[in-house]
Amino acid sequence: MRDLHSALDAAGPQAGRIEDLWWIFFWICTTVFALVLIALLAAVLHRRREELRRVDGGERSLTRAVGGATAVSAVILIGLLIASVSTGRAVLSLPPSDALTIEVVGHQWWWEINYEDPVTSHRFSTANEIHIPVGRPIRVKTRSADVIHSFWVPNLHGKRDLIPGHPSETWLQADRAGVFRGPCAEFCGAQHANMHLLVVAEPPAAFEAWRQAQLQTAPPPATPLQQRGHAVFLSLPCPTCHTIAGTPAGGRVGPDLTHLASRRTLAAGALPNTKGYLGGWILDPQTQKPGTKMPPVAMQSDDLEALLSYLESLR
Amino acid sequence: MSVAERYEPTVDADAEEARQLRETWKSRSGLIGWLGETNHKKIASRYIVAAFVFFILGGLEAALLRFQLARPENGLMGPDLYNQVFTMHGSTMMFLFAVPIMEAVAMYMVPLMIGARAMAFPRLNAYSWYVYVIGGGLLYGAFFLNVGPDTGWFSYVPLSGPEFAPGKRVDIWAQMITFTELAALAAAVNQIATIFKYRAPGMSLSRMPLFVWSILITAFMIIFAMPAVMAASSLLALDRLVATHFFNPAEGGDALLWQHLFWFFGHPEVYIIFIPALGMVSTIVAAFTRRKVFGYTALVLSLVSTGFIGFGLWVHHMFATGLPQLGQSFFTAASMMIAIPSGVQIFCWIATLWSGRPRLAPPLLFVLGFVFIFVMGGLTGVMLASVPLDIQVHDTFFVVAHFHYVLIGGAVFPLLGAIFYWFPKMTGRLMSQRLGKWSFWITFVGFNLTFFPMHILGLNGMPRRIYTYRAETGWGDLNLLATAGALVMAFGLLLYLINALSSWRHGAWAGDDPWGGEGLEWSVSSPPPDYNFQHLPTVSSRAPMWEQGPDQPVVVGLRSDRREVLVTQLIDAEPDHRETLPDHAIAPLAVAIATGVTFVGVIFSPWAFPIGLLVTGIALVGWFWPRDESRELLEEQP
Repeated sequence: MRDLHSALDAAGPQAGRIEDLWWIFFWICTTVFALVLIALLAAVLHRRREELRRVDGGERSLTRAVGGATAVSAVILIGLLIASVSTGRAVLSLPPSDALTIEVVGHQWWWEINYEDPVTSHRFSTANEIHIPVGRPIRVKTRSADVIHSFWVPNLHGKRDLIPGHPSETWLQADRAGVFRGPCAEFCGAQHANMHLLVVAEPPAAFEAWRQAQLQTAPPPATPLQQRGHAVFLSLPCPTCHTIAGTPAGGRVGPDLTHLASRRTLAAGALPNTKGYLGGWILDPQTQKPGTKMPPVAMQSDDLEALLSYLESLR
Repeated sequence: MSVAERYEPTVDADAEEARQLRETWKSRSGLIGWLGETNHKKIASRYIVAAFVFFILGGLEAALLRFQLARPENGLMGPDLYNQVFTMHGSTMMFLFAVPIMEAVAMYMVPLMIGARAMAFPRLNAYSWYVYVIGGGLLYGAFFLNVGPDTGWFSYVPLSGPEFAPGKRVDIWAQMITFTELAALAAAVNQIATIFKYRAPGMSLSRMPLFVWSILITAFMIIFAMPAVMAASSLLALDRLVATHFFNPAEGGDALLWQHLFWFFGHPEVYIIFIPALGMVSTIVAAFTRRKVFGYTALVLSLVSTGFIGFGLWVHHMFATGLPQLGQSFFTAASMMIAIPSGVQIFCWIATLWSGRPRLAPPLLFVLGFVFIFVMGGLTGVMLASVPLDIQVHDTFFVVAHFHYVLIGGAVFPLLGAIFYWFPKMTGRLMSQRLGKWSFWITFVGFNLTFFPMHILGLNGMPRRIYTYRAETGWGDLNLLATAGALVMAFGLLLYLINALSSWRHGAWAGDDPWGGEGLEWSVSSPPPDYNFQHLPTVSSRAPMWEQGPDQPVVVGLRSDRREVLVTQLIDAEPDHRETLPDHAIAPLAVAIATGVTFVGVIFSPWAFPIGLLVTGIALVGWFWPRDESRELLEEQP
């Protein structure tokens, strides 16, 4: 599971360059550290000859040693500076041709994901899970709806803060398929710990299939139980906050539920997306994720059963 | 007053003078006497005790955090309590421990090291302590009432703004900042005046002890850095109290403005904590190698340049905000280059150890531990200066590891060494060497067990300030190791505390100069008399205790029947004139209470401000009411 979110297990060109830079810094710094320790130990432990016992013994050679060490330090630092700045330029952006544009909006405590497209009907929204095609640059436009959050997928790239009033832009690219986790990296209040997103990098064909599915409106309820669940959803306060495309539910406060069942997690990575967790979450979200903006929703158990059946059908 | 070539008083005259000085400078008895205390050593002792109490509280909070994170999905604390506890831990350690303890040690030692009878503004010291204690009391009072701040020691807007942080929690945090910064500013002004004008004749700037240099530079940094955060916390309080929208983007305010103001203070703050520790290291290295520190000029220049460059780094806390590339490069360069003066100092100390005869007493052990830990923290600091590396590990446990390496390694280890070193001067008794060595090794091992794994956790994607994490993240084992390490470290620190407390009562008598130190503080008795020096010394060397003969002249002619001190010139410390310092006074307490009522009052109503201003003004009139001695002095003048 280590590769789920590691800065040293790069899956894209930017994280890869940063990882290379990391190892340059790591080995140079380790060497410097070892040399300083050796010098320190030698200074304390070396055998002292009589002539050094004079109070100012050997000042000139000490001056040379300190001066030399300082000069070497300066040269090393300048080298590291050059390496750092050139990597910094390289990871700043990717070639924009053929780029896919995604908008990531931070909310307390979930991620709104909007896929952009010049054609209005090709746009769609989802939450907490980003699918990207392997090998294609992704332009990520970021903004925050409330407080500062930080968008970070360690296997792909460094982080970018989402600051209210300062929309920003960063780039991603995955060079291999995989699921990568992105924890919110700026303290954003009570549930900062439970604010994750997943980046699912998949081959272009699989991505395209997923995209086509996401573009559809929600499938109409197929069974009587699902129909009842659909009615329960609309009769409860749910639509005030949530959207299910193709139904009257159009709230924009909480995550879009049109394809809820296709997602791997619930409540921004707080829970696995299974029927049991979903039921528990709806009835008592404050226990699962104390402080979340989702209020508890009371209902009869058969209503819940119907509702879950309907929500589970939203593939 | 004159500098006598030969001063050979009769025994009787000498004893009579000492008696008179004791009488003049002695503390008053009773509660009023205690409250009106202005002696720098007494106030400093109170400051040190208070700072260590806050250190213990902050440490207990750290232990709670470590227990919560020891296992995945641990239920010890919910998010609300956890967020309060980590906010309290950071705020306590930065504002109520690290800066005050350095100021406090300096307040005790600087006058002794420069050969002065007192600090320049005795009442301001008292005021500083009262304001500090009121601010810390406010924070902890709120915390124990479960209205402790919960937005982090950095309180980023808009999370800390009126919309997302209703209630009084953040207001209490903001006012605590105002209190402690005010206290630090008062202490800094006092240090600068004392160091510039009260040095013993002959102690030119180029003969000043390195610790005094470090305090001078720190004091200037405080004066330039603290106003930024006081402005920030005041603007935040205004946003919350009277809806001014300085930081509200919806009304044309700016959330990034907070970060600039906060880190313009916040980064120099690190050096405000760290530079005094460098001075302590130089002092200890000299004493325990029995030679003057190699490279005095290089060390002073390093301190000065650190003080300047320290103001040019703040944006490296904001690399993830997406500031323009070119600007970031400048801050990267500055952040890397500040490693050079730090390196110069490390090299000079190693050179001193090489050419001296090191005695591995606990203070030197703490210094060697400091070099190990601080160099590692400095090198991860170089990594964090690099924008690409920083945007990966920023706000992760890698950063938590880094700054605990530089702050605990860079400041707490030298501090523990320095307390061990100066303890006999302050109490007259020695701390136990054996217990000292045990406490060093246990703390050192525990520290590394606690914080080294955090580097790896950060690289493995563990963000800071999370109250829980799921088992599948794979962070559980290293977190458990860190928690175990924290227990070891806590045990080491507890041993140190036990050592200090028991030695205070039962330690071996130290005598005036148990270590063979180089500075003037070792020329007076332990603990020093209230007036420090019966005859102010003169100085003709950087190591007066080692290089000045018994026929070194002393200053005579200062009056002993009132608190008279010698004011000298800034650069060369040539005697300039005499000054009479004020006696004990209750006014600093009155002004501190008035200030406190004002600052606490504005949490609840803007009307507290004009009313508080008036009350504080009245109290200040009491403070500055002309005293009899000054009138007397006026009459003396031709």
